[in-house]
Amino acid sequence: IPSVSSIVPESCLLIVVGLLVGGLIKGVGEKPPILNSDIFFLFLLPPIILDAGYFLPLRQFTENLGTILIFAVVGTLWNAFFLGGLMYAVCQLGGPGLNHIGLLANLLFGSIISAVDPVAVLAVFEEIHINELLHILVFGESLLNDAVTVVLYHLFEEFATFEQVTIIDILLGFFSFFVVSLGGVFVGVIYGVITAFTSRFTSHIRVIEPLFVFLYSYMAYLSAELFHLSGIMALIASGVVMRPYVEANISHKSHTTIKYFLKMWSSVSETLIFIFLGVSTVAGHHYWNWTFVISTLLFCLIARVLGVLVLTWFINKFRIVKLTPKDQFIIAYGGLRGAIAFSLCYLLDYKHFGMRDMFLTAIITVIFFTVFVQGMTIRPLVDLLAVKKKQETKRSINEEIHTQFLDHLLTGIEDICGHYGHHHWKDKLNRFNKKYVKKCLIAGERSKEPQLIAFYHKMEMKQAIELVESGGIGKIPSAVSTVSIQNINPKTLPVERILPALSKDKEEEIRKILRNNLQKTRQRLRSYNRHTLVADPYEEAWNQMLLRRQKARQLEQKMNNYLTVPAHKLDSPTMSRARIGSDPLAYEPKADSENLPIITIDPASPQSPESVDLMNEEPKGCGGLPPSPEEDEEGLVMRVKEPSSPGTDDVFTPGTGDSPSNQRMLRCLSDPGPRPEPEEGEPFIPKGQ
Amino acid sequence: VGPQGSSPPVPSLFPPLTVTSEQIEHLHRRFKQLSRDQLTIRKENFDSIPDLEFNPIRGKIVHAFFDKRNLRQESDGLVDEINFEDFLTIMSYFRPIEMNMDEEQLDRFRKEKLKFLFHMYDSDHDGKITVQEYRNVVEELLSGNPHLEKESARSIADGAMMEAASICAGQMGPDQVYEGITFEDFLKMWQGIDIETKMHVRFLNMETIAHCY
Repeated sequence: IPSVSSIVPESCLLIVVGLLVGGLIKGVGEKPPILNSDIFFLFLLPPIILDAGYFLPLRQFTENLGTILIFAVVGTLWNAFFLGGLMYAVCQLGGPGLNHIGLLANLLFGSIISAVDPVAVLAVFEEIHINELLHILVFGESLLNDAVTVVLYHLFEEFATFEQVTIIDILLGFFSFFVVSLGGVFVGVIYGVITAFTSRFTSHIRVIEPLFVFLYSYMAYLSAELFHLSGIMALIASGVVMRPYVEANISHKSHTTIKYFLKMWSSVSETLIFIFLGVSTVAGHHYWNWTFVISTLLFCLIARVLGVLVLTWFINKFRIVKLTPKDQFIIAYGGLRGAIAFSLCYLLDYKHFGMRDMFLTAIITVIFFTVFVQGMTIRPLVDLLAVKKKQETKRSINEEIHTQFLDHLLTGIEDICGHYGHHHWKDKLNRFNKKYVKKCLIAGERSKEPQLIAFYHKMEMKQAIELVESGGIGKIPSAVSTVSIQNINPKTLPVERILPALSKDKEEEIRKILRNNLQKTRQRLRSYNRHTLVADPYEEAWNQMLLRRQKARQLEQKMNNYLTVPAHKLDSPTMSRARIGSDPLAYEPKADSENLPIITIDPASPQSPESVDLMNEEPKGCGGLPPSPEEDEEGLVMRVKEPSSPGTDDVFTPGTGDSPSNQRMLRCLSDPGPRPEPEEGEPFIPKGQ
Repeated sequence: VGPQGSSPPVPSLFPPLTVTSEQIEHLHRRFKQLSRDQLTIRKENFDSIPDLEFNPIRGKIVHAFFDKRNLRQESDGLVDEINFEDFLTIMSYFRPIEMNMDEEQLDRFRKEKLKFLFHMYDSDHDGKITVQEYRNVVEELLSGNPHLEKESARSIADGAMMEAASICAGQMGPDQVYEGITFEDFLKMWQGIDIETKMHVRFLNMETIAHCY
């Protein structure tokens, strides 16, 4: 028995809930609230758009930008005028009830209802997982058609108050389109750059980093809306522009915070919008006119289908990857209308538009139809037509290398052909970005980090987190294969991987160093700082111990399976993000605490002889043992990924199966005090596995 | 090179090259520009392209033009100079996908492009991409950043190689050795990426032929 949620998309259910709630309120005798346009445009819409813009898959978006723009601009214009014109004809023929509705009013109506709604599209398309191309086409169209809608809406609203409309007015309207869209993008870019620049300096106040992202984006939206520019495009532009730089600057936790807050807000907004739609349907004044409503519905569908067909025929001449009829059908079918149309209509003035109620009814009918009928049937249709679904491939380092290689290759071939194509300009933009922009907007040494390295760090960190989160030794994720460096490098002597035994006093020395350092770190951690998310020092100490124990175990595992990039001399937040813990914050050592050990890591290796100083934010430690015999003299130092600050979020339960060699090692690390440990003549780090 | 206005001979390529004669004209003009009106191009001629200097893998790209395997010659190694027919042969690897291709043609199309890429990675022509060759590739990709340590490139390449080994050979015991990526493994690695839609160059707007030294 299929569950309700697999047949009915969430948006439909929410509208039904809204209907019920509205009905309930009405039944009680109260006046149910109608979706206030101010609330909608100021509070409910921005989170959704920001979420969409910040996580926009930029590569596919820019590859298909031409197609998306044509659909958004030309398609919406066609829809608006076709629908408006036809409805005018219907009104003229429709008898006494409709005769008085003028051409302008109809055109305005057409422009309101013709725009594909991003909220509805997101809500429905999220669940059906079609391939990325179609998704980005429909979704991109719904985002970019806002400019057209804004222009047409204001234009026709203005014209309705005029006595006469001249050619000049129409021409001005045409120009205002460019102003609105490009102006919106410009405002967004400015705010994006400001945010990126601000994030460069937030290394000392990590806690409010997410705030900047939200604040500046919202200001971009408001600024654009203030001047009647396209707020949606401003929001998208700011999200797209700020993202690469902000992500390079902010800490891992801030990144997670931003992601979760955006998802949370957009989710809540979406839910509220659909519920309100339902409530407003019950609450609103309706004026049902069969002719008008049915013809609106019909012509909407016809206009959409015709528009997509004609435009695709035109676009396919220029596309390398043509759009098949199946694709066209999905694009046409995915033209859902939503709450934006409703709110825009609600904003209309009664004085000039007496027939507002009729418009409202018609719009609600169209919305219901598209969301319910099209929304519900699109999933079985996608299955029926065997449309290509989204491929769930994980980004791997191989793919990244290949993609970059291919990019450079195609750029090179274009240069050889003498053809200034897509790749040529992209390459030029990248070079400009690297040379000038990154230096301004990214803090410190990160600005010089090439993309491949950054990607590799990110992947490593992700894998490390996965390892730690998956628990103890017994639960190694199956993605970790047993392929290790030995398998691919036959010439490597096996002795390289076995860490040689140390002399006894060397061992003692190492242990003493570690113990001392353990103490020092703890003292520093104990200090109080308002910005520190500290719970309770004792709990935190326990967490630290558990965490360290866990880490040491994982490190054992990691030693055998991973190669990690050796510690960068560069001061990079990615490295600090590799530490699984909370944000690094500055604190002073306190003299009185002595019962808790601390860790300062002093990686005494030939490669990076800097000491890790916890007064700075970014200790340069990265796990992984350099397997080279010549480091024998220096001693083997565990460069542990250490959470240097208190308030670790996760409490790890120690896994079962502590092998005795592990325990011995762990005892050294988690040593809470200066206790002389009479160790036997064991190597400090156990040989291999 | 014939008198002005005569179209160059269209070589018989396999699979048949469906570019328009207009595009061949354009390419021929470009060829003449690169070769300075000679009949053949040598490696040095590629140095006259200014934009190519910024490309980190330019060595490999130029090398690919002279690779006998790409020119569909039976032997191995490099030729010293290529004529227009060879030039077109290389360019044919970058033609876009056509709508009316059937499954088999599509598969062959894809394999061709991947083979071209494979030859670029496999510099010693032994049919396998070894760890050293892969490291070489990554080093070249990162060569635009002078301050980078060699270690980083090496580690990335090793990590990628291990991943490739785990995809292609599954679980391996500590004694087994993964020789290198063969062409079949290479195909496996590229399964997720639509090479046929990505690896193409538009020959559309060729009026703005770029300037050479």
